[in-house]
Amino acid sequence: MSNVQIMTGNQAAAIGAKLSSVQVIAAYPITPQSQLAEILSQYIEGGELKAEYVRVEGEHSALTVCISASTVGARVFTATSANGLLYMHEQLHWAAGSRLPIVMCCVNRGVGAPWTIFNDQQDSISQRDTGWIQIYCRNNQEILDTVIQAYRIAEEVYAPVMVCYDGFVLSHTMMPVAIPDPELVKDFLPPYQAHTILSPEDPRTLNAVLFPWRRANSEGVLCDGYMEMRYKLQAALERSPAVIEETSRRFAEVFGRDHGGLSWGYRMEDAELVMTGMGSIASEAMQAADMLRDEGIKAGVVGIRVFRPFPAKTLKEAFRGAKGIVIFEKGISYGYEGALCSDLKAAFYGSENQAPAHNYIAGLGGRDVKARELADAARASWMEMQTGIVEKPTTWLNCYTG
Amino acid sequence: MPENLFKINAKEYILPGTRACQGCGLSLAYRYALKALRENTIVTLPACCLCVLHGIYPSTPVMIPALNNSFASTAASASGLVAGLQAMNRTDITVMAIAGDGGTFDMGIQALSGAAERGTDFIYVCYDNEGYMNTGTQRSSATPMGALTTTTPIATKQQHKKDFLKIMEAHDIAYLATASPSYPIDLYDKFVKAKKIKGTRYIHLYIPCPPGWAYSPKDTVKMGRLAVETGIAPLFEIENGKFRFTGRSKSMAERGNRLPVINYLEKQGRFKKMNIEQLQQVQHWVDGKWQEYQRRSQE
Amino acid sequence: MTTKKDDSISAMCTVAIGEAGKTGDWRSLRPVINHAKCIPSVKKKSACFLCWLYCPEGVVKATVPVEIDLDYCKGCGVCAEECPAKAITMVREGEDHE
Repeated sequence: MSNVQIMTGNQAAAIGAKLSSVQVIAAYPITPQSQLAEILSQYIEGGELKAEYVRVEGEHSALTVCISASTVGARVFTATSANGLLYMHEQLHWAAGSRLPIVMCCVNRGVGAPWTIFNDQQDSISQRDTGWIQIYCRNNQEILDTVIQAYRIAEEVYAPVMVCYDGFVLSHTMMPVAIPDPELVKDFLPPYQAHTILSPEDPRTLNAVLFPWRRANSEGVLCDGYMEMRYKLQAALERSPAVIEETSRRFAEVFGRDHGGLSWGYRMEDAELVMTGMGSIASEAMQAADMLRDEGIKAGVVGIRVFRPFPAKTLKEAFRGAKGIVIFEKGISYGYEGALCSDLKAAFYGSENQAPAHNYIAGLGGRDVKARELADAARASWMEMQTGIVEKPTTWLNCYTG
Repeated sequence: MPENLFKINAKEYILPGTRACQGCGLSLAYRYALKALRENTIVTLPACCLCVLHGIYPSTPVMIPALNNSFASTAASASGLVAGLQAMNRTDITVMAIAGDGGTFDMGIQALSGAAERGTDFIYVCYDNEGYMNTGTQRSSATPMGALTTTTPIATKQQHKKDFLKIMEAHDIAYLATASPSYPIDLYDKFVKAKKIKGTRYIHLYIPCPPGWAYSPKDTVKMGRLAVETGIAPLFEIENGKFRFTGRSKSMAERGNRLPVINYLEKQGRFKKMNIEQLQQVQHWVDGKWQEYQRRSQE
Repeated sequence: MTTKKDDSISAMCTVAIGEAGKTGDWRSLRPVINHAKCIPSVKKKSACFLCWLYCPEGVVKATVPVEIDLDYCKGCGVCAEECPAKAITMVREGEDHE
C-alpha cells in the first residue's frame, strides 16, 4: 500500500534522512536549505528520530562534526546551499580523503557576489573535484529515494555522496511523493559498518602526515605514500558507477521506482536532436522535446543524474544515435564553457560520435527558463547544425549580453 | 621521591623516538596530560607541532586514539566526536581537543566559541607557545609585545597578547585552568580534575619553545618557571565563577615575591630587540593582570 | 555488499616505538649520571626522580639506580639542569667520561 503525500523537496529530503536512520545531524541554516534543517530538528525534538543534532556555528563546522562523528561509527547527515557549500570546501576534501560515507544534500543556489538566493548549480559544480559523488535529482520523489540510495552507495564504496536538487524549483515546490515503508528501507539499507573507526580499544591516529614516498610500518611492511592514498580515492570513484547502477536496480526491485542509475533517457528511441542537462532543467527539457516532436523534429533528452564519477561510458552509449547535441547548464566554468559541456565533449573524443554540440548557459540566479525557451534554443541550434555550424560560442539564454 | 610523585599514573602514553624538537615543552606537557586522562580518551588536533609529534603514516608514538583535522576545525571536531560517541552509546570516553595558540586564538576561535556556547562535553586544551612555531615562528595574536618573529622580523610585535582566558571565561564554561609543564604535578592534577567535570572545560598550557623563543633546549623547564614567577603565566583555575590561584602562583600571591619580567625576557633571543618603552609596557600589562587576578582570588 | 578487502583506505597510523627513528642520533651532548651524587643511588631507595619528572621524552626510568634510554634520549639536557644534586653532566658525544 503506497503512502503518497504532497510535500516540498526539502521535506522529501528530510524524510529520506529519517528513513535512513541517521544518527548525527549537523547543519547551519541557509536559504533555500533552511527548511530541511528545521524539519529534521522537529523530528528529533518531537521524538520521531533518535539522533544527535549539533546546531553548529557555521558550515565548516557542520561538515567537521559529520566527519568526526563518522570516525566513531555514526551514520551522519548534513545539508547546505551556495556559499555554505563553498565555506565547507576544505572539509569536502577532508571528508573524501578520510573515506567517510557522509551524505549531504546540496540545495542548489547561485553563489555571491553579487548575492542571489535563487537557483542555479554553480555551487555544487564548483565542488566537482573534491572527491564526492554528485547525484542530481529532477523531482521530489527522486530526492527522497536518492537520499536513501546515497547511504547505500557511500557505505559500499566509502566515499561521500552529495545529493543535489534545485533550490525553490524543487526545495519549495509541493509535489506528490510516495513514502517508502520504513521496514523495507531497513532491509535495503543495513546498519552502517564503519571502516575507519577510532576507539580506545585499538588506539590509532587517523589522517597523519604522509610522505611523498611509501614508508614501512613497524613490521617492515611498505605502506602507502600520499599518492597511493589519493589513488585509492580515485579507484573507489571509478568503481562507483557499477555500485550506483546496482543500487538503482535493487531500489527499483524493492520499491518499484527507477530514477535511472547514472543517466536517464526520454523519447530517445529514434532521437536525432538530443537535449541534455542535470536536475530540474533536464526535466523541463522533456516538455521541450514533446514540443519539438510535435513540429516533426526527432528530439529526445538524456538526463544526467551522476556528474561525479562522470559516467563517460554510459553517456557514449546514451548519445549513440545523436546527430546534434544541445547542453543546458545552470553553471559555467568562467573563462571557458559549461563544465558538463566540456566533460561530455571529452567523453566523445576519438569515438564515432562526432555530433555537433551547442552549449547554453541558462537560469543563473533563478532567471526563469521555460520549456518553450529550451525548445526555441534547441530548434535554433538544430537549424544551425543543418547549415553546418558545428562550433558555436556558448550562448547565455534569456540574458541581455549587449 | 616527593610523596606527590607516587600518585602520578606510572604508565607512559607516548613511546620514545618522537619527531618533537629537543627540549620541547609541549612533549613534556602532553606526557602528563595523557597520564591524567588515561586510556578512555579520544584526542582531536589540527595541523600543528602536536601533529608532528603524532608522527608520519603509518606509525604513531601515541597510544591514545587521535584524529587529525584541518586547522580551523579542532573544537567542531570534538563536537562531532562527542555527538558520535553519544549516538553510539559510548559516553564513557573523554574527548580532548588540543591545538596551539594559532589554532585557538586565531583560526580556531569560531569553532571553539560555538562548541563552548553549546556546552559541549569536552576538554579543550590550548598549548600556547606564543606563535606559529610549526611553520617557522610567525606572529600570532598570542605573541607577546616586543617579540621578534619571522613576520615581525625587525620592528618586533607591537601589540599585547590577546587575553584569551577572558574570552573563554565569558562563555561561562564548567572549568577553566592554566598550567605549565614546569609544574607537572599541578598540570596533572588539573587534567585529572577536568576529566571528572561535565561540560566544556578549557585548559591553557604555557609552553616554552626552544627554537621559537631562541633559548637553549636545556632551559625549557627554567623558562616555564620564570614565566610563572614573573606573573606572565599565572597558574590558576576558575570553577563556578570562583577564581583560585594554584601551586607556585598561590604562594607568590601570599608572599608577594613576584619577579620583574626582565628576568624572563632577557633570557630569550626573541626579545633582544625589545626597547625600554616596550619593556615598561609589558611590565605594566603584567602588573595590571596580576592585580586583577589577586583581587579576584580574595573575593 | 562485497567484503572490504583493503584495510588501509585511509591514513590510520598504528602505535610504534621510534616513529622518528632512533632519536638518540640527534644528540650532540650525552647525559652521564654520577651515581655517587644521584639521590636514589645514594639513599638506595626511590627518591627525588626529578629527572624522570621533567624529561620531555619520557626516556628516564624511575628506578634505583636511575637509567636513561640512550637509544632515544635527544640530549636536550633538561635533566642535568633540573637535577638538585648536580649528579648529571652533559658530555660531548664521542668523548670519554668518568
